[in-house]
Amino acid sequence: MTTDDKFETHEHDVLIIGAGGAGLRAAIEASSMGVSVGLVCKSLLGKAHTVMAEGGVAAALGNVEPKDGWKVHFRDTMKGGRYLNQWRMAQLHAMEAPDRVNELEEWGALFDRTADGRILQRNFGGHKYPRLAHVGDRTGLEMIRTLQQHGIHLGMSVYMECTVTRLLGDDNRVSGAFGYWRETGKFVIFKARTVVLATGGIGRAFKINSNSWECTGDGQALAYLLGAELMDCEFMQFHPTGMVWPPSVRGTLITEGVRGEGGTLRNKDGKRIMFDYIPELYAKDTAPTEEEADRWLEESAKGTGKSRRTPDLLPRDIVARAIHSEVKAGRGSPHGGVFLDIHSRRSAADIKRKLPAMYHQFKELGDVDITRESMEVGPTAHYTMGGIRVDPETQETRVKGLFAAGECAAGMHGANRLGDNSLSDLLVFGRIAGHHAAKLAKATSQKSVDAGQIEACEREALAPFEREEGRNPFQVREDLMNQMQKYVGIMRNEGDLQAGVVELERLAADAGKCAVSGNRHFNAGWHETVDLRNLLVVSEAMARAALVRKESRGAHAREDFPDQDKGHWSQVNLVVRKGSAGMEVEQVPLPPLPDEIKQVLEEE
Amino acid sequence: MSDEAKKSDKATLRIWRGNAEGGEFKEYEVGTYPGMVVLDAIHDVQAEHAPDLAVRWNCKAGRCGSCSAEINGKPRLLCMTRMSHFEPGQPITVTPMKTFPIVKDLVTDVSHNFRVAKRIPPFKPRPRDADGHWRMQQIDIDRIQEFRKCIECFLCQDVCHVLRDHDKHDSFAGPRFMIHLATLDMHPLDTVDRRPMMKEELGIGYCNITRCCTEVCPEHITITDNGIIPLKERVADDFFDPVRWLMRKISPPANKKSLPVLPDPIKATTKTKKKQDAEA
Repeated sequence: MTTDDKFETHEHDVLIIGAGGAGLRAAIEASSMGVSVGLVCKSLLGKAHTVMAEGGVAAALGNVEPKDGWKVHFRDTMKGGRYLNQWRMAQLHAMEAPDRVNELEEWGALFDRTADGRILQRNFGGHKYPRLAHVGDRTGLEMIRTLQQHGIHLGMSVYMECTVTRLLGDDNRVSGAFGYWRETGKFVIFKARTVVLATGGIGRAFKINSNSWECTGDGQALAYLLGAELMDCEFMQFHPTGMVWPPSVRGTLITEGVRGEGGTLRNKDGKRIMFDYIPELYAKDTAPTEEEADRWLEESAKGTGKSRRTPDLLPRDIVARAIHSEVKAGRGSPHGGVFLDIHSRRSAADIKRKLPAMYHQFKELGDVDITRESMEVGPTAHYTMGGIRVDPETQETRVKGLFAAGECAAGMHGANRLGDNSLSDLLVFGRIAGHHAAKLAKATSQKSVDAGQIEACEREALAPFEREEGRNPFQVREDLMNQMQKYVGIMRNEGDLQAGVVELERLAADAGKCAVSGNRHFNAGWHETVDLRNLLVVSEAMARAALVRKESRGAHAREDFPDQDKGHWSQVNLVVRKGSAGMEVEQVPLPPLPDEIKQVLEEE
Repeated sequence: MSDEAKKSDKATLRIWRGNAEGGEFKEYEVGTYPGMVVLDAIHDVQAEHAPDLAVRWNCKAGRCGSCSAEINGKPRLLCMTRMSHFEPGQPITVTPMKTFPIVKDLVTDVSHNFRVAKRIPPFKPRPRDADGHWRMQQIDIDRIQEFRKCIECFLCQDVCHVLRDHDKHDSFAGPRFMIHLATLDMHPLDTVDRRPMMKEELGIGYCNITRCCTEVCPEHITITDNGIIPLKERVADDFFDPVRWLMRKISPPANKKSLPVLPDPIKATTKTKKKQDAEA
């Protein structure tokens, strides 16, 4: 009996795993190039974590501030990433983002408008000019719905509620993927000439996080296990403003748009905290006083003025650590955060119109009316800058035919991502990955699928059912989230990270002993065991890379090395790969900057 | 988690468990804590009592519309329903959406909705202005931005009696898609006329404006009054107003192109018969 007889099998030119912004954009591009496209989603179509994005899409359209352009956006991105970004990705991103936004409008997206009827842009952390095309505070929903409604008419096959557990092929060439249907638990094989991974983030590795259940590092783990490399894994972004109370919603995101609309961070004494945390790198562009900060807000809404930006909108790593320090110094709010005040800054009607989802979220889940009271906020694990190492021009990994785009890919954001460079990242690199995956698929043939490999995939997936007595996968995952929060969190040091690695080894052993009951039909416990394997890969990569990087840079903060290094560490990315004796971390020099790019960075 | 957050009181959940073949209610006891929502309670049931309990969820913040179910008979999102909403000591009954075929436990087969979505002709804009922009005033798009808040939870489809009680899946697209059609029809840039299709294929006439969909919408979209009624009026104007008919004959609208009515009606999923009917 061949594997084709034994398992349901589908064959496509391009297989895309993940149907958030990047996956959908890749699928649209590949479909429009006339190849056959399969799009695999872990959930229903349109439910991916992209729907949670609130603030906007960063693109230098120049509608509000005509001085904006790709060079300014590029400089902001490199500065925010503390110059550890792959410069070519940051450049492509800044240059192509406006086209990607305009294209969304062509497909039916309805962004908020300027007075003269063009796409309105708002301020956001680390962006010099108002740059965010947005729809209230539900931009991600608008984006995914637009892509979805456009994409389904292009002839792609969509496989919903299907989880991929392994990529097929070897470390030279990908040949497809092996997975299961959530509903039936039956296995399915996808044969493909090229594969695009667009599986998103890893937030579920932390106890306090803003991510949905799907964000378990699937793409990163699938790529790593096949033999691709990961990069920049030490950089985990903690978003400064997650909900801290009540416990049920701890970590749920509060958009940076609140601060973009004028919201300020205050401690328990009512003092605006951010003026005490302006780093040297940003001192030149940041208002040192409340008066100047408030003046800037007014002027910037009109696209005029000379005042400097409010420090409430410094990049996320700086704001998150400022909140952490205030709480540690005993100046926090009752439930261990600080206060975010919008009610004294904007009218109730403005708040309800510009931040409807936030209003709704606090009212329904937190019993707080944000038009009258301050919110309590604190850092929440939000986004990984690290991920699969790709070629900046094509998004291909070191495995032939395997591509990655969006949050699961690394390089674009360096040591810290600017707010809402992620939505534009999804569009720009989703398109590039889809384009090159389709191009390569046209030029190559399908590599044969190895029957022995399929059997191994099946054995691995079914192992938790074979164990009579074993660990409860939900408890192991809870344990993992707590250990990562404790040892690999927002402030790190050698001792904690060493302890974290030891804990992760123990957890890997525990995960290998998980047992599940019941049948394969929509079995949440079983699904958890698959997710756990992936979470353990990305967690270990983060802890090991964090141990190696002996400095503080962007989102990676070491108490034992508090300064940003001007020498060695400013010149290397950390690359993680599977070695003969486990996970290896290698220091790889940054690609050299061409002179014309150096010039762009030096202009001001 | 702080001391305040520690589990204190107990709550009882009565959850429908089963599949297309049949099923029964099972009771589970969970601890409660401040701010707890029904989805938290269901996760606790999974972790502590029934790891194979099936429930759909994603964001747990009311944004993705995955965790739709019926709580004490009312269509709601599990993640936006606080436990404190209910009388202490009384069991909380959780059942799957009734309108869709059961997959397992609280999970239903909502694929019908995705098939309807595919049949609605996509947005097709007029050309850009000379400078490459499209100008639209905020006031002209406020109304459709309301419709575009839809998170596709399908609670409106669940509660709609045309679908729920009369099983007209093959002749009525349902409130979710009426709202989608309203978005397209009222979009300042769109050039496609879908009104013949609304009348002939998507069954706009079936809605008799009971407003149940508006009542259950977690995004508070005024589905009936702002969406369906104006659409009904537009369809009625086009097909039944003799003056309009004459005007169209004399000077056809320049920017809207009518699509031919597609021949085959939408086929409803016939995969399983809802067994929970017998239970209810």
